[in-house]
Amino acid sequence: MNFSLSNEQEMLVDTVKAFVEKELIPYEAEVDAADAVSPELAAQIRNKAIELGLYAFNMPESVGGGGLDYFTQSLIERELAKVGWALHVFVARPSKILMACKGDQIEEYLLPTIRGEKIDCFALTEPDAGSDAAGIRTKAVLDGDDYVINGSKHFISHAGHADYSIVFAVTGSEEKNGRSRNQVTAFLVDNDSEGLVIRRGPKCVSNRGYHTYELFFDNCRVPASKVLGEVGKGWAVANDWLVAGRVMVAANCVGQAQRAMNLSVEWCANRKQFGQAIGKNQGVSFKLANMATQIQAADILTLQTAWKMDQGTMSDGDAGMAKLFASEALAQVSDDSVQLFGGMGLMDELPIERIWRNARIERIWEGTSEIQQHIISRELLRPFGC
Amino acid sequence: MKILVAVKRVVDYNVKVRPKSDGTDVDIANVKMSINPFCEIAVEEAVRLKEKGVATEIIAISMGPKQAQEQVRTALALGADRGILVESDEDLQPLAIAKMLKAIVEKESPDLVILGKQAIDGDNNQTGQMLGALTSMPQGTFASEVNVADGRVSVTREIDGGLQTVNLSLPAIVTTDLRLNEPRYASLPNIMKAKRKPMDTFTPEDLGVDATPRVKTLSVEPPAERKAGIKVADVAELVDKLKNEAKVI
Repeated sequence: MNFSLSNEQEMLVDTVKAFVEKELIPYEAEVDAADAVSPELAAQIRNKAIELGLYAFNMPESVGGGGLDYFTQSLIERELAKVGWALHVFVARPSKILMACKGDQIEEYLLPTIRGEKIDCFALTEPDAGSDAAGIRTKAVLDGDDYVINGSKHFISHAGHADYSIVFAVTGSEEKNGRSRNQVTAFLVDNDSEGLVIRRGPKCVSNRGYHTYELFFDNCRVPASKVLGEVGKGWAVANDWLVAGRVMVAANCVGQAQRAMNLSVEWCANRKQFGQAIGKNQGVSFKLANMATQIQAADILTLQTAWKMDQGTMSDGDAGMAKLFASEALAQVSDDSVQLFGGMGLMDELPIERIWRNARIERIWEGTSEIQQHIISRELLRPFGC
Repeated sequence: MKILVAVKRVVDYNVKVRPKSDGTDVDIANVKMSINPFCEIAVEEAVRLKEKGVATEIIAISMGPKQAQEQVRTALALGADRGILVESDEDLQPLAIAKMLKAIVEKESPDLVILGKQAIDGDNNQTGQMLGALTSMPQGTFASEVNVADGRVSVTREIDGGLQTVNLSLPAIVTTDLRLNEPRYASLPNIMKAKRKPMDTFTPEDLGVDATPRVKTLSVEPPAERKAGIKVADVAELVDKLKNEAKVI
């Protein structure tokens, strides 16, 4: 077993670290306060990311992406996560689903997205279909050469500055084990399509400046040529990507927790109360020890899971464990950090309250902790027919 | 035009180093190592000269343990074309390094040798100057601006009290100061390409140099902790304390 990074991976981590420190962190406070990123700043970050070859680092080299394995991707995610999504979203990681593009879709969607000329967003969740994604109600009905889409989506991240959406809609149903199940198809829908209205969603406590949107489809006509993958096989296109996404969320959580940890250690070594550094008190130092141990465990679990994904041996339960453990560890670590900083931990002069707020979403999106527990336990019990 | 650029493996500038408990050396076990920041500036300057079409080839060289090849690879990822590692587990000191660089200069005949003015570990600030003495090449040290034209290099030097510009015939030696440029980060594609760039390895013996250290470190200790300051009532008391207690005036 070898736990050391390659020379290339070390260099890449150094590059991303420097990029985050110089190009992203200086803007985090103002972006959070304004709950917005100016178009100029967004363009500046995107251009720098393109220049450094970091843009679309998650995509295969054959289509112009970074061509990195999942292990290396998780190292990059870990560094990018030192700031919130509001800023590092501009180092785009297009949906892997786009690899299902074929024919004209490749030139029209896949390649421009990797070059940074077009931005995609992923539209699956609906008000009545969150954890139960199979329960989506948005429908697409074939009418001549077009599909007519009706329904609505919500919590669609960065749809406001995306050029097109990858939309999941019900196109039929099938009988399976005596039950009727929806057949779902993925579509590439231009965001300026007639019959599609995009509206900013409610304000979120996590990741200020990174917005979610609501999509309303009212007889929105989409040519049949915009079907991504096969008709009725939307889940086949989505599933691999969704599972991989959980491991990247885990890596993100580790990065955020590491930042909170570094700030906390420095604080506890320098903050003096009762004539000595607060870190001299076991009540404080033991908390630091537990935080560091949680992060280390989450990190190793995440990296091992990413490595398994590269070997093709990762199960859904593995990805679930990484996501569950890392997001819960972040919740604890960020909360402990606030406690160590005391009142200052809640003030917007320091990054701690922001990390604490941002941490909250990690136990929810990409599958809640409870859904991960369900996936993990299902995998344990299934061999026993339970 | 060929440029030889030297990169030293040092403890990363972010690391807070401590002496070993027995005081024999600085404890560098399991700490992050990087290219010396001044050497990074040297690499950047070489790459910019290549981008301007002035230089045609950049050779990055490092000397030290096998792991110093990581710093050569980083230089390759930043834009150097090929690398040289002089591998030695000795405590390599400036004179030995300068002698080995001289051997490489004789082998490669570069038009320009760019080095950091000093490394952040030893802070010796000697290698570039020693190489100048050994090779009889002209040198422009502490460079804040470098311009190559008509077979000469003009180097603006940061000296006490201002700037001095020297105009040197090539081949020449330049050592870099902090304000010469701001080094880039290695891009993802260039990091991947660096893997395929060639790197030669030599030993000090191959170069005919006896690299045995001539200077022995007796002990290493942390700087004395700074004492809390005091407030003085007036200028007269300040002058009195500076004269009689601090004895600095």
